[in-house]
Parts: sequence; structure tokens; C-alpha cells
Amino acid sequence: MSLLSVHDLFVNYRTQGGPVPAVRGVDIEIGTGEVLGLAGESGCGKSTIAGALLRLLPTGTEVTGSILLNGEDVLGMRPGRLRAVRWTETSIVFQGAMHALNPVQRVGEQIEEAILIHHQAGEREAHVRVGGLLEQVGLPPRRIKDYPHELSGGQKQRVMIAMALACNPSLIIADEPTTALDVMVQAQVLKLLKELQRDLGLAMLFITHDLSVLIEVCDRLAIMYAGRIVEEGPAQSVFYESAHPYTRALADAFPAIGEGRFRKAPSGLPGDPPYPQDLPGGCTFHPRCPLAFEACPHIDPRLFDVGPGWRAACLLVDSAKPVLEAARTPGSGP
Amino acid sequence: MPPTEQAPDREVAPPLLEVRDLKVTFAGRIGLGAGLLGRKATQSRAVDGVSLQLRRGEVLALAGESGCGKTTTARAIMGLEPPKEGQILFEGRKISKGLRAYRRKVQMVFQDPTGALNPRQTIYESVAEGLRIHRIHHGPNGETEQQLVARALSRAGMRPPERFFLNYPHELSGGQRQRVVIAGALVLDPVMLVADEPVSNLDASVRGEILRLLLQIRDDLGLAILVVTHDLGLAWTIADRVAVMYLGRIVEIGPAEDVLTRPLHPYTKALLNVVPEAGGLDRPILTGEPPDPTRIPPGCRFHPRCPEVATGAARAAGVEDRCRGEDLGLMELRPGHFAACHLAAVTVGEGQAISSSQPKR
Repeated sequence: MSLLSVHDLFVNYRTQGGPVPAVRGVDIEIGTGEVLGLAGESGCGKSTIAGALLRLLPTGTEVTGSILLNGEDVLGMRPGRLRAVRWTETSIVFQGAMHALNPVQRVGEQIEEAILIHHQAGEREAHVRVGGLLEQVGLPPRRIKDYPHELSGGQKQRVMIAMALACNPSLIIADEPTTALDVMVQAQVLKLLKELQRDLGLAMLFITHDLSVLIEVCDRLAIMYAGRIVEEGPAQSVFYESAHPYTRALADAFPAIGEGRFRKAPSGLPGDPPYPQDLPGGCTFHPRCPLAFEACPHIDPRLFDVGPGWRAACLLVDSAKPVLEAARTPGSGP
Repeated sequence: MPPTEQAPDREVAPPLLEVRDLKVTFAGRIGLGAGLLGRKATQSRAVDGVSLQLRRGEVLALAGESGCGKTTTARAIMGLEPPKEGQILFEGRKISKGLRAYRRKVQMVFQDPTGALNPRQTIYESVAEGLRIHRIHHGPNGETEQQLVARALSRAGMRPPERFFLNYPHELSGGQRQRVVIAGALVLDPVMLVADEPVSNLDASVRGEILRLLLQIRDDLGLAILVVTHDLGLAWTIADRVAVMYLGRIVEIGPAEDVLTRPLHPYTKALLNVVPEAGGLDRPILTGEPPDPTRIPPGCRFHPRCPEVATGAARAAGVEDRCRGEDLGLMELRPGHFAACHLAAVTVGEGQAISSSQPKR
């Protein structure tokens, strides 16, 4: 059984202009100790998924489908149970480490608070534990008495990671954990996350717009576009042999230095991601797709098998041929 | 380090822009108690001796981590930050003389297009604003303001331009907004663009198109472009030359291919090591963060973090004492490729060092 199993997830935000479909039918499976990278551009729905997993979305947001965490239905949980699950089974490392910490409380106390609230230990034991956690994330234990402003951005993010580990969760959701950090510090934090994940056997859902970061830490990759996963599979295959043209374009936006085909040749896609309220018909990517052909505006492709554990929602995938042929035969629908 | 980047035999035309030993300082912070006791704040040496040249039609990427002084250098070049020392020459003249005319010829593209555009102005007004400020009512061939605005928008890839005249910034996507900002720069017919992180606020799939636009502008109009970026991958895709800054100084500068594939300075190597790619986390990563520019280390300013010093490679080559004690400027170690590193100077071959380091202070 998977640690996290999301099936047919739909999320509609309620706005004055009517419902906004942010996530439109997403399936995700994460096994124990597995790292799944979820990538996509802003507005594709990736952070909405993070929020939906722990029911952190604004009230009134419509969430349907099923989210099973250790076999337990998150969407049906009572508030008390939900509170217990948050942080002890699944914790989140947010993007804005700078703003997620309380500026007038010592960082050690903030980590300790998480342990005490969840009744994981007594006060004295918790204190010892915090020292150990700080060491684990590579901060000297004397930092326990520091206020957030005394720490650099990278150190604050390390505190956030220590906090996420405080209650021994089995799954960590990392939502853009390194985006606001400098390149060198980003590499340090990524390395730390990867090491902790390996040592503690943690499962991770790693969300970011930066595909090149994911390739360093993930076993599998899922690429989102306009509220759906358009390609999913082993990280290396998805990044280096992308089956979906969108994944290809996203991967090429992070050029390999030294590789001739990128030199003086920036590559990008024409146009912009669509608005969720105004999605193009057929394949939602077709207006920007360099490989679009006559069927694309008419058939909304599901995920087709590309290889073992590797699927892509593109009509150019070999296994999509029957669908194309069925569409060409008059009288039968796609 | 004034004369280092000059190789008179190679370059016939004078550079469009020449920065000589530029220094910009900011007053450091000081506590209330110390202030009352009459103590002076230490100066933060944000830019601490930068020299560079930019030729017509050239794209130079100025790269480094935040706090290295790259944006301050760009702002000083724009005349937005008064230099404490050093000179900035444009077409052979000091920019402080005739700043208004200079600002027409040199335009800046900022990182955040949403912040750079007035939300209450239409696209037409935003693009035309530069013309109005500089009191330009007609183009050189008698074009009307409307024709000039339309041409600039069209050059920036907003076609047909008339369609966007009455739009407001919030009606456009991030990529389109950045195109409007670029159009606002192009409308004045500049000869040089300074682009500070021009794509880092944009979505990944849109970045390439904006970078391609910058390259096209360079090709079509012969503009020189100074791109400030933290992203060496970006430098690889658009720059002719790359300068790497560390703690207020350029530590390596040269042709992009050479600097990015055969780096000489350990800091450049470290930066290249952290460009994400599969398995990259197994490569050595520098520990710590850049020191505070109020306390620049003596000797080579990189030595406290330098892996070559830490692993003993510098000692083995017999340069460790100099790393710790002797400040150094850029040395031309390969043709057109300069680096400020005692170790590289020895390993690449002393004989090839054309101009030598000059001890400072």
C-alpha cells in the first residue's frame, strides 16, 4: 500500500467570478521512502495540491476525489484527527522561510512548541530533542537561543526543516523549499534534504517550478500543466527523454552549461499558460505546442503509457494511436 | 585594477562603456549605544574596485550570488548610485557630465515588470513616458509619438502593437509585461541596455522567449547589453562574455565558453558545481555564506571559503601565504580570460600572465 494515495482529485476555488478549477483530476502515489517531484509553472495547481493534502485550503474551496494517507481518508477526517495527523504524519516545509517563523520567539522555542503541542515529549525531553534536531540540520546547538533575525536565509530554512522533522513524520511536503535562497545556499539545503530523506527513510513530495532542482533529489517526476499531470515517470526518463512536448520545453528552460545546443540559443514556448477559467479545448497545451497537429484541438488526451511506470498525456505517444484512429473513423467518438 | 582588462593590440575601436576601478560604499548599520558614543559605522564596500569594458553589440553577463555587488555595479553604471572612487566612461566621456543625454542612450530593464509598470497607466502611456520625459515629440525621420511607440512595442514582440495601446498592465501576462518594459526602453533608441535579472520573475517556459528577444534586439539594433544575473545557465544561453563577482570585485572575466567550461577561479568552479543537474549533489559545495562586505577578508577575499586553500592544494603549490596575505587583481591567464587567483596564476603558467597583479593598499 502506498503511503500517500491521491485519486481523481479536483479542486475548485470559489471566487467572485465563479468557480476556478485549479486541479482537474490528479492521481498521485507515493510509497514509503520515495521522493516524488511535482513541477509546473505558476498557476498550474501544484501548490493547491500541497494545500489539499493537509486540508489547508481556504474554507469554501471545493475538494473532491480521495486522499488516503496511510490508508486513512484525509478528506473525511474529523478536525481533532486532522490536527493530530498534521505534523506527526505529514509536515510541510514552506517556501518563505523568512516569513514562516515568529520573529519575536527564539527558534528553539518554536521547534519545541511543535513537539509539545503534539504531546510527543515532556518539556525537558523536548528541549534535548530540539538540540538534536538542530544538529541534524547542520546548525550549532547554541543557535537554539537565537531569534530569526539573527539567522541567514539558509539557516532559517534549516530551522524550518528541523521543525518539519520534530514529530517524526513519515511524509514531508516541501513546497518550493529553496526558491528564495541563493544558488550556493540552495545547493546546501537540497543536499541536506536529500541526506535526511535517505537517512530517515522519509517520503517526500517535492514541489517546485525548477525542474533542474528536482532531478537532483527525486526518484519520480510528475509534470503539471493547467491543473493536470501531463507526464509522470522515473525522474531521469522524464527529464532527459521527455515524452510530452511541454516537459521538453520546461526541461530546456534549464540549459546544461557546456552543451552546444543551448549556446546562444535560449529556448522557450510562445504564449503564456492559460487561465484556469478559460482553458483551450482538446489538449490544453495545444495552442503553445510546437508539435500540435489537427487532432490536438479536438481530443483531450488521457495519460498514455510510454514505458514502465512512465505515462504522458500526449497524442504523439505510440500507445495513443488507437485513440487517434478511433477518432478518425466516422461515427465513433474519441 | 585599472589597466588589466586592456589589450590594446586586440581591440581597435574604443569600448562603448568603460568602468575603471569603480568603488561604491554604503554606511554600515550601527547600534544606538555605539552611535551615542560617537562611533562611526563601518563602511560596507559593496563594490570594491570593479573594472570592465563593454563593446557595441556585445552581451556581457555579470554573475554572482546576492550581495556580491552586481546590482550595485549596474546601478552605478546607470548613474543611480554615486561612485566613491573610480570612473565610468561612456563613449569615452565621463557619465557624470551630460547625465540626461546619457540616460537616454542607456536604458534599464528591471527584474520585476509588475513593479516597473504603473498599474494605472495604459501600455501606450507607459511606453511613451520615456519620450515625454526626454521631450521627444518626433522621431529622427519625423515619426509621430504614436508611430514610435508602435515600433517599440512591435520590436519587443507585442504585435500588432495597436491592440495593446489601451490595455492596463494587469490585463497582460508576466511575459507580456516584461516585453512592455523592454519596449519602454527601446522607444528611446538606446545604444546600451542594462538588464537586472530580466527573467528571474518569469515562468520557466516564458523565459526563453524574453532572452531570445534580447538577443534579437542586439542583432537587429546592435545594442550592447549588460545582463546582471545569478544564473550561469542564462549566461551560457545569451552572453558573449561573462564576469563573475565575489564580494564587490570581479574575480574572473572572459569569453563565455572559456569561463563557463574551463573556469580558472575556484569561486567560479564552485558556482558551476551548484548549477543543478542529476547527481550534482555529490559534487563539493562551498560551506557557509559570503562574508559581510563591511569585513572583507585580507589577502585574496575568497580564501576563507576557498576549497583550494582548505584541501591544501594552495599550500602544495606554494601560494597559500599569498592567498592569506596578498590582495590581488585580475591577471590575463589565457587570451582575453582574466582571473584573480594566486593558484591559477601558478598552475596556468606564470609565463602566460600578461599583466601582473598589483598589490592594493
